[in-house]
Formats: sequence, structure tokens, C-alpha cells
Amino acid sequence: MSLRNAACIAGAFEHPTRLAPDMTTPQLHAECAAGALADAGLSLRDVDGYFCATDAPGFGPISMIDYLGLTVRHTDSTEMGGCTYIQHVAHAAQAIAAGKCSVALITLAGRPRSEAVQRFRPGAPEAAFEQWVGLTNHTSYGMCAARHMHEHGTTSEQLAWIKVAASHHAQHNPHAMLPKVVTVEDVVNSPMIADPLHRLDCCVTTDGGGALVVVSPEIAKTLNRPVISLLGAGEATKGPAGGLGLDLTVSAAAQSGPRAFEEAGVTPADIKYASIYDSFTITVLLQLEDLGFCAKGKGGKFVADGNLISGTGKLPFNTDGGGLCNNHPMFRGGITKVIEAVRQLRGEAAPAVQVSNCDLAVATGIGGSLGARHGAATIILERQS
Amino acid sequence: MSARKLPAPQPNPETQAFWDGLGEGVLRIKTCEACGKAHYYPRHICPHCGSAETRWLDTRGEGEIYSLSVMRRGDGAPFAVAYVTLDEGPALLTNLVADDLDALAIGQRVRLAPQARDAEAIGDGPSLPFFTPSGD
Ligand SMILES: [Zn+2]
Repeated sequence: MSLRNAACIAGAFEHPTRLAPDMTTPQLHAECAAGALADAGLSLRDVDGYFCATDAPGFGPISMIDYLGLTVRHTDSTEMGGCTYIQHVAHAAQAIAAGKCSVALITLAGRPRSEAVQRFRPGAPEAAFEQWVGLTNHTSYGMCAARHMHEHGTTSEQLAWIKVAASHHAQHNPHAMLPKVVTVEDVVNSPMIADPLHRLDCCVTTDGGGALVVVSPEIAKTLNRPVISLLGAGEATKGPAGGLGLDLTVSAAAQSGPRAFEEAGVTPADIKYASIYDSFTITVLLQLEDLGFCAKGKGGKFVADGNLISGTGKLPFNTDGGGLCNNHPMFRGGITKVIEAVRQLRGEAAPAVQVSNCDLAVATGIGGSLGARHGAATIILERQS
Repeated sequence: MSARKLPAPQPNPETQAFWDGLGEGVLRIKTCEACGKAHYYPRHICPHCGSAETRWLDTRGEGEIYSLSVMRRGDGAPFAVAYVTLDEGPALLTNLVADDLDALAIGQRVRLAPQARDAEAIGDGPSLPFFTPSGD
């Protein structure tokens, strides 16, 4: 079974909040659900499949389905960190193709700025060997950047261009957490957090969330919205593999990306817009190489000189400002990657960053810890004419 | 800036011999009789081939830095997080202890320094497999 044209994204909603001290996390899920369903022209009653991950409070889908007032015949609580919601789009398409549901709702929300949130479940087999190490995301991704610099001569200035491009886009997003345009000098002169990553190499932390509605092609045609079809999807995981498979310069996207492109029957050269998970600048650089936008080791050269800036660069990316400048709700940027890709394909991005004739886009992400064990999910989306 | 609080590892039946080894100054990993490959962190079943014919292997506690990142912010900073590739093959995640963290570099030779733990921070927990430059 191929997922090519198996399902369409009919609704997409990004919660406008970035700080929500007076709301609850379930409430944010509900507001995102309502927003995405309204965007699709559907209602809660139409939903027959529900997808959530560990950001959903309580007993996952069992708690949330009851809280939201849904009646569904299919649930999926696949968990793969921040890229989960990209993967959920593919899993929703699988369920739709198998006849298990026809209107799938995906929600994400959280309030890491307003409440203490548990990010990891206890009992991981690696915990006793890694918890005392102080492997935060900063040092984990920092080690990836350090090794990439060592093997390929990548520079901090090149990484900085990724943040610069995101900031150029964020200035046109009224909801962006960091709407100010920054320069390469601003990035490399910002305080060092974990070598070689500076403060401005890191994404924002935000309260908020988002939701997506994935429907069958038949239902998509009945809705008064542009039809955005899934063309291909890939997923993968990667870890140190007993200590013999460690390669911090290659992410699991080197597997998920080619799988998605093969299923879609397109190549990176065909892509008009790319949503690329940007927890850190290095996250973007590795994925660009791993998806085949440039050769391994050439990512630094590829991103330099504004090549990711919409309107002037060859590959416009994260035109909402991405996780680096706009939004990274609940430490999870997967859903906003899909949402901005849908905006671009519909022609609904901010006018200053809208890619002309944007009919083919990719959304790709990393979940977990890039420098230890992580997952990757990639989807390719097309606007039907 | 407050001292770094290191969570004490919880030994279990799969890993007890590893922590016992560190108490004796030995970095003990697992190797597999079926496929001949070593692995870290230690498991009962070999992650390379699925065999249960794994046994403990005392390493020489030496290797080289594969990558590192010095954490500059927060409790106990600065401290150096690193992957060290052991001479026996597997890479392991660790901390590097050195007078000058800025002098640490990828490719540098390092050796086990289990005594380098901060006893106050760890409390009653087992020794930890920190590494330090071989010359020190
Ligand atoms: Zn084996």
C-alpha cells in the first residue's frame, strides 16, 4: 500500500498564544482542535479518528477523547518526540487508506513556560548511564555540531545564517516570539550555551499548540478549501547502536527523507518550500544534507548567504519564523512545520514570504535527542490543481 | 551558581557488575560470544545480533574523544559532555574532567577517571565513569 494521494490535510491551526498562564493544557488542545476543524469547515461531530502524543495530559487519547467530546473509531498515540505530528499525518493517511477512519484530528499543546512539565518517562534502560552526564538538548546537539565542524569544516557563521533566515521570516509574523531581524554577528556574539551553540542557535520555548485535520480524498473534495494531498512519507529512528553505530553527523532523516521522496516520486530539486525542524541551527543543517538538498558536509555552504530566505534564496524554509524565532510549543515543533507547509501550499503564508506558485512542499523533523537516540519523520505535500 | 546535582545511577540485575567494576577502578562493558562484538551500555541480550551469549569484558579504560560540548550555563557549569570511543570499540557518553576544559579536543586520548566524581553531589551512589586527558 502506498500513501501517495491516500489522504489530504484539510485543516490546520496554530494557537496564537506563546504564554498561557491562565489556561489549562487540555483547554489549549480543545482550542486547537476547534481552530483546525473550523479551518477545514468541519465540526467535532465529523471526527472519527483522534491522534495525540505524550503532551496530551492524563491517559492520552482515552482522557482527551472524552474531554473533547469526540466519538471516534480509531485512535493512535504514537510518540516520537517533537516530530511526532509529522508522523501522525502519515499514520492518519494509513488509517484512512485502510478504512479505519475518514476524518482524523491531531492535536498538540503544552505550557512549558507556565508549569513544570515532565518531558521524559522514567525507566529508560539508558537512564543509569546517561542521566548523570548532563546530556541536555544543548550539549547533545552541541556535540553534533562540534563533530560536523570537525569532519567538514562547518563554521559558526554558516550555522548562524539559518537563524538569520528564520528571523527574516519572523518579522512578518505578528505572533512570532522573536520578530526582530538578526545578523550573523548577532548570532555568533550571543552568549555561548553549549559549545559550539550560542543562545541564538537555540529555538524558543513557548506555551501553545496546534492541530491538524487529515481527511480522505473524497471528503477533501467536498470542502471549500484548497486540496493538499499527502504524496509520500517516511519515518526512522537512530541511536548509538550499542556504541558501534555512533555517527553524529548523520540523522535518522537520512532514512525518513529518501523513503518519503521515493514514495512521492519527486526529488529535492522539485521542492518549492521546506519546513525543517529547527530546535537548533545544526538540526536544520543535518536534515538539509540528509534529505539530499546538498551533499553530506556541504550544508554550511548551502545555508550561507541567505539561501534559505524566501524571495532571495534557492530554498525558502520555515517562513513562519520556525522554532528558532516563532514558536516551539511544548518543546515540540513538528506540528508547526506541517501547518506552515499547508499555509504555503494554500497561498496563505504572510505575503512577504509567500513562495510563488508553491505546489510542492516537504515537512521534516527530528524527535528526541539528536546526539543520542532520536526519530525522524518526513512528509511530502502537494496542492492539487 | 549552585553546584551540579548528579542523579545517582540505580544499579539493576542487568548492570550491577558494571557499577561493581567502577568501584574497583575498572570500566567493564559487555561483549558477545555469538557475534564477537562489544556493546555499551550493558544489556543482557546483545543489541548487535540478539544472542543471550553475552559476557563481561574488562576494558583498559582508554580511548579518544569522538565529540564534546562544554555546557556554559546552569547548575555546575562549565562541565564537558563527551562521547569517548573506547579502544575496545564502543563509544560511551561521559563527562571529561580537566583543569582547562577549553583545551579539550576531538581526537584527544583520554583515560577512565572514576575517582574524579564529585562525592558531595553524588552522595551514596556508585562511582561514575568520567574520563580525563591521558597525559594528566
Ligand atoms: Zn552478538
